[in-house]
Amino acid sequence: MNVKKQFTEGLLTKNPVTVQLLGMCSTLAITTSLFNGLGMGLSVTIILICSNVMISALRKVIPSQIRIAAYIVIIAGFVTIVDLLLQAFLPALSQSLGVFIPLIVVNCIILGRAEAFASKNTVGASALDGLFQGIGYTVALVVMCVIRELLGSGTFGGGLLNGGLGYQIIPDPYPAMKLVMPVGGFLTLGMVIAFSQWLMARLERNAKKKEAAK
Amino acid sequence: MAQQIIGIIIAALLSQNFILVKFYGICPFMGVSKKIDTALGMGMAVTFVMALASAVCYGVYYGLLVKLGLEYLETVAFILVIAALVQVVEMFLKKSIPALYKALGVFLPLITTNCAVLGVVLVNVQEGYNFLLSVINGAAGGLGFTLAIVLFASVRERVNKADCPECFKGFPIALISAGLLALAFMGFSGLKIF
Repeated sequence: MNVKKQFTEGLLTKNPVTVQLLGMCSTLAITTSLFNGLGMGLSVTIILICSNVMISALRKVIPSQIRIAAYIVIIAGFVTIVDLLLQAFLPALSQSLGVFIPLIVVNCIILGRAEAFASKNTVGASALDGLFQGIGYTVALVVMCVIRELLGSGTFGGGLLNGGLGYQIIPDPYPAMKLVMPVGGFLTLGMVIAFSQWLMARLERNAKKKEAAK
Repeated sequence: MAQQIIGIIIAALLSQNFILVKFYGICPFMGVSKKIDTALGMGMAVTFVMALASAVCYGVYYGLLVKLGLEYLETVAFILVIAALVQVVEMFLKKSIPALYKALGVFLPLITTNCAVLGVVLVNVQEGYNFLLSVINGAAGGLGFTLAIVLFASVRERVNKADCPECFKGFPIALISAGLLALAFMGFSGLKIF
């Protein structure tokens, strides 16, 4: 497996959020501040790497009839570990993500990668796939967070920078509160996906032009 | 008690709608909302499984996990219960009510990974609801899901025919229409009867 290809796939051409459209629930629900987005992205990345490695290592042992159930148990185990670790060491994050941490179990990205990649490839390739897909997910979350937080509450890096307050960029009466509310999640994600579609169509066109010029 | 029940129903249907306000179950909401019929079928299947899962998981949590001091295994236990339940429901419907199975069959396997089901069960435990309230919360949450997905499907059937910029075609425009629907549901946010 080509590492560079896997990297661009995870980040852009097969990005779990903007192209594969997986894991919508958490993408929409928790992207209200940079702290939440990074926390969720990193948790999912860690779980994705662990479950990919484990499933890939066990891929010859698990009978194919009950593979989905087996995958879910493995994933749920790792999610519980991360959930307990966050409760112990990062209670603020655990509090603000709430029920969406245990809900990582049913995040389609993880089961999707298990089924589409880890069950067919070697341990090393699966670990890399988990890492890159996780990074792609985290980047998409962070982009959503930055847009929503900036326009919605006028801050940057809330919960993380400047002692947890974030930097106020748009002064107080101007931010559009609606964007940190559910509505904003749908609208922002729609715009972000539209932008990524536009970008990819453009890249493809340019590549074709180059071919033609040759 | 009656007040609490009505409060839960109103919250689950409107002011705290599972999809449009709390964001549980977005994947099926986006995936199976291209036609009203299929959306209705999915909604009914989800409602059924959510009510059943709330009941069974209540038993598993208080009858087994709490007694053994294994509360931290709730996520693993619940997802297993839900997966098993979906299988059982599928087999049962196939044998005994083939007509219903035909209508719901394709959606059942998808429900295992629907976060609305796991979400409602986890919320039931967090809120400390008793058996009756858990089941009501599950059923009402499912009805809220059905309401949102059917409304959205009817919007989407029209939006798909509309002309929009190339890069917005398909998913992005659907998300933006969902956003407008969520905006409408925000109007319910202050709704409190008691």
